[in-house]
Amino acid sequence: MLLRHTPTEILERSALTINPAKTCQPIGAMYAALGIHGCLPHSHGSQGCCSYHRSTLTRHYKEPVMAATSSFTEGSSVFGGQANLLQAIENMFSVYDPQVIAVHTTCLSETIGDDIPQIVDKARADGKIPAGRHVIHANTPSYVGSHVTGFANMAKGIVDYLAGGDDLPKNKQQLNLIPGWVEPADMRELKRLTRLMGFDPITFPDTSDVLDAPQTGKHAFYPKGGVTPAQMARTGASIATIALGPTTAGPAARALENKCNVAAHVLGLPIGLRATDRFIAELRKLNGGFVPPEVLDERGRLLDMITDMHQYFYQKRVALWGDPDQLVALSEFFLDLDMTPAYIVTGTPGKKFLARIAEVLGEQIRATQVRQGPQADMFLLHQWIKNKPVDLLMGNTYGKYIARDENTPFVRHGFPILDRVGHADFPTVGYRGALRLLEMILNIFMDRQDRNAPEESFELVM
Amino acid sequence: MMSPPDDKPIPMSPSSETAAASPSPASAMEAFKDDLLKPYPKKVARKREKQIVVNQNKPNISLPQIQANVRTIPGIITQRGCTYAGCKGVVLGPTRDIVNITHGPIGCGYYSWLTRRNQTKPPTDSDENFIPYCFSTDMQDEQIIFGGEKKLKAAIQEAFDLFHPKAIAVFSTCPVGLIGDDVHAVTREMKEKLGINVFGFSCEGYKGVSQSAGHHIANNQLFKHVIGRNNTPHPGKYKINLLGEYNIGGDSFVIEELLERCGISLVATFSGNSTIDAFENAHVADLNTVMCHRSINYVAEMIEKKYGIPWIKVNFIGAKSTAKSLRKIAEYFGKQELTDRVENVLSEEMPAVFEVQNEIRKRCQGKTAMLFVGGSRAHHYQDLFEEIGMKTVAAGYEFAHRDDYEGRRVLPDITVDADSRNIEELHVDPDSDLYNPRKTPAQLEILKKQGVEVAGYEGMMAQMDDQSLVLDDISHHETERLIAHFKPAVFCAGIKEKYAVQKMGVPCKQLHSYDYGGPYAGFKGAVNFYREIDRMVNARVWGLIPPPWEQSAAATGSPGTLADEEDPDLPQSHARRRTPVAGSDE
Repeated sequence: MLLRHTPTEILERSALTINPAKTCQPIGAMYAALGIHGCLPHSHGSQGCCSYHRSTLTRHYKEPVMAATSSFTEGSSVFGGQANLLQAIENMFSVYDPQVIAVHTTCLSETIGDDIPQIVDKARADGKIPAGRHVIHANTPSYVGSHVTGFANMAKGIVDYLAGGDDLPKNKQQLNLIPGWVEPADMRELKRLTRLMGFDPITFPDTSDVLDAPQTGKHAFYPKGGVTPAQMARTGASIATIALGPTTAGPAARALENKCNVAAHVLGLPIGLRATDRFIAELRKLNGGFVPPEVLDERGRLLDMITDMHQYFYQKRVALWGDPDQLVALSEFFLDLDMTPAYIVTGTPGKKFLARIAEVLGEQIRATQVRQGPQADMFLLHQWIKNKPVDLLMGNTYGKYIARDENTPFVRHGFPILDRVGHADFPTVGYRGALRLLEMILNIFMDRQDRNAPEESFELVM
Repeated sequence: MMSPPDDKPIPMSPSSETAAASPSPASAMEAFKDDLLKPYPKKVARKREKQIVVNQNKPNISLPQIQANVRTIPGIITQRGCTYAGCKGVVLGPTRDIVNITHGPIGCGYYSWLTRRNQTKPPTDSDENFIPYCFSTDMQDEQIIFGGEKKLKAAIQEAFDLFHPKAIAVFSTCPVGLIGDDVHAVTREMKEKLGINVFGFSCEGYKGVSQSAGHHIANNQLFKHVIGRNNTPHPGKYKINLLGEYNIGGDSFVIEELLERCGISLVATFSGNSTIDAFENAHVADLNTVMCHRSINYVAEMIEKKYGIPWIKVNFIGAKSTAKSLRKIAEYFGKQELTDRVENVLSEEMPAVFEVQNEIRKRCQGKTAMLFVGGSRAHHYQDLFEEIGMKTVAAGYEFAHRDDYEGRRVLPDITVDADSRNIEELHVDPDSDLYNPRKTPAQLEILKKQGVEVAGYEGMMAQMDDQSLVLDDISHHETERLIAHFKPAVFCAGIKEKYAVQKMGVPCKQLHSYDYGGPYAGFKGAVNFYREIDRMVNARVWGLIPPPWEQSAAATGSPGTLADEEDPDLPQSHARRRTPVAGSDE
């Protein structure tokens, strides 16, 4: 057993987190910043933070993740990191020529209290920021929130620094789309759906064509994807902002509403049938009331698979861990499949999560154990499973240790996925994404059934 | 490469072709270096100038001096990580029976959770193994404001109540030092209270200039709190410790097996596949063998001072080096039966290795490699490339010091700067009871004459060709230029570099994680590595990148063949490869 020290008996903890179901803010900020075209993310802190975040994102995407660091030393920790950031800004513009530098803080620079806007102002006054280039920032203290919060904060930072155009005439086709923390393939899929619904979306952060760049034999230091500052400067002319994921995309949408007077429509992540329905319904309200036949067909194909394969889903118990927006959407979807979300765990704090989960689960909530925040970790989740097993595990790669020890089917979803491919290439949002989720779940259930079936009941047709 | 958005790409290193065509190789390399420094602001260029050296390796000329172990330049895009990573991640991470608690916000513990691939094999299913776990105090703003000692104490207690481990170690992250938590006072108190070994590391990320400071801090605390706690004599005849071997991809398993076959007893490995019991007993060995000089030479030196155990540098990467290292150990003990046993093992192992070498050399001979990684591997792995006929044209370390480049003879000349001074240098005296010099000065002198240098390391540059390029703490910009200019057949680095290098059309071998392969140590590992490099540099895919319609006219109408002229954008090693024709075997 790999997790041989995890006891069945649950001892309440108040201080020790074991096998966390979250990581820290800055990595989310780095991921969001990569969704800006021509942007070099910059980590203001010790160089280990930047190294760890780049490594984790790289392992997840199998793609280059370029970012720089202020490389704090003991001296900077005592006297502040202003000199380091000034030098970093000069070096980045000299050597790497970014359009945008997106600075995020760390626990170190936050504890010291470095004032990033003041340092950036000084860099500008010193002539270190070339004309037309941008230095934006987000505060992302690692001891508050989680990686999800960091994403939300940088998405909001993009709005704070780059959004504009409220004086432009409204463009009825133009829509702001804030996808939340999803994969490049998901962002591509969300843009496709939005276009099918008749809009020309400005999508941010947009990591498609950044973290799924093609192999051409030439490395594009700044890949072709990402929202441009020029696009951001037109967001004020959009008829609405659709934010997908209250936790990750909500704050940016509300900031844009305040700054440029564009109505914020904050929805859940469109993972699964009904969440996608709500996304399409919201777009339908804005486009004069039409849903193109392609989208209806995609919805129909998803329903078709659910009706055809319902027996394999029915009453299967599932354990979920990960990020709030994903967990809410997946819980609802599993319920629609007549599966049972048995355990739900997220390390990410936030007041609304439990209420949202309660809302989607309804009556089912009584059969579900949900834990959020401190000590809501994969150690506790594993203990629950040891007390009463599940039929399916769904979450990030770290679940593989539980899956192996408990001999439980496991579908990888969320962040990080360090040991499989496909998550960056094939979406799980929208009707087509839901179809892919079903395919993954069915394959693993059916493979398991094939493996375990006695010879006399081994089935050809399933 | 770094084309600004909405703009034409900037041509890559315009002057590189002229530099490459220059008649004098010496001036060509210096010209390339100048070109490399051009985009940097003046101050940065002046600093990098000293960290980039054109090697001079000629008889009777001393190696050039390189600047190393100095601060990373902010904004430059470095490979380096932090002190915490070097301490918790590298040195202590591989030990399976210590509960390692990260004291800080959640990230540091999370990112160092199972990501370094140090394998471990507890003897039975009931033996302790905490490696698959991540323990953290998950510090919140409340602790940042009011201090985290109380939460740390509670976390240690909870870990004890849950697991009853032999030892608990606490690793400090950046904010801990700033808010003034005294982890050492807390661990002292908890050690008293719980009756098990509890100790702390002040390995805040900002200390030092790289992971290297973390290695030193780890060494110090292991020496202070662990080594020497158990004096039980070890039954073996030829007792050694293996220092600086971390069992990435199972390397330690291979070495353990090899040593056993030679009749050499391994008391402790620091720290691949290790246990705290073995650490506590390490001082009963009669020889310390050092693999990664950079990360562990401090422990070797302190053990020598306190207990009188000499150390020698070994290298189990590469068949020749493995053989040399085993012979060195045998010579140190100076017993014929050991020498015979070692020779016996070598004669059993070498024929199969030579056979694979010969087979693979046919496909790899003359190709070039670059290695930019760590603090010893960029040197050690050159041996493996040599053995299949590949040449290292450029190399450098991520966090090494001058002695790892130029050899230990430069130690007295290394300036101790403010960053190094911040790392405690333990004062060690011979132990009043246990100091027992295993060799007399006269015996050591004889060994030296036989070529077994005790406490010696020649460094990387002595092995590298004249006019090869050595870069310390390489930046992304320099990586890109090196690849564009030299078009190596393979580039060795880490995960952060891997996919950028491959996007340039050059295979990148990770030498931190081994790309989830390995083992590469010993004879078995050498064969694995030859085959891996053969696979990488001769993979068909590199010849398939340009679509057929973008290849020259010669290729059109005849699918499956490539034009005769080289694609200037493709690395030299692949340009001539032909697109495979179905059914054909190149």
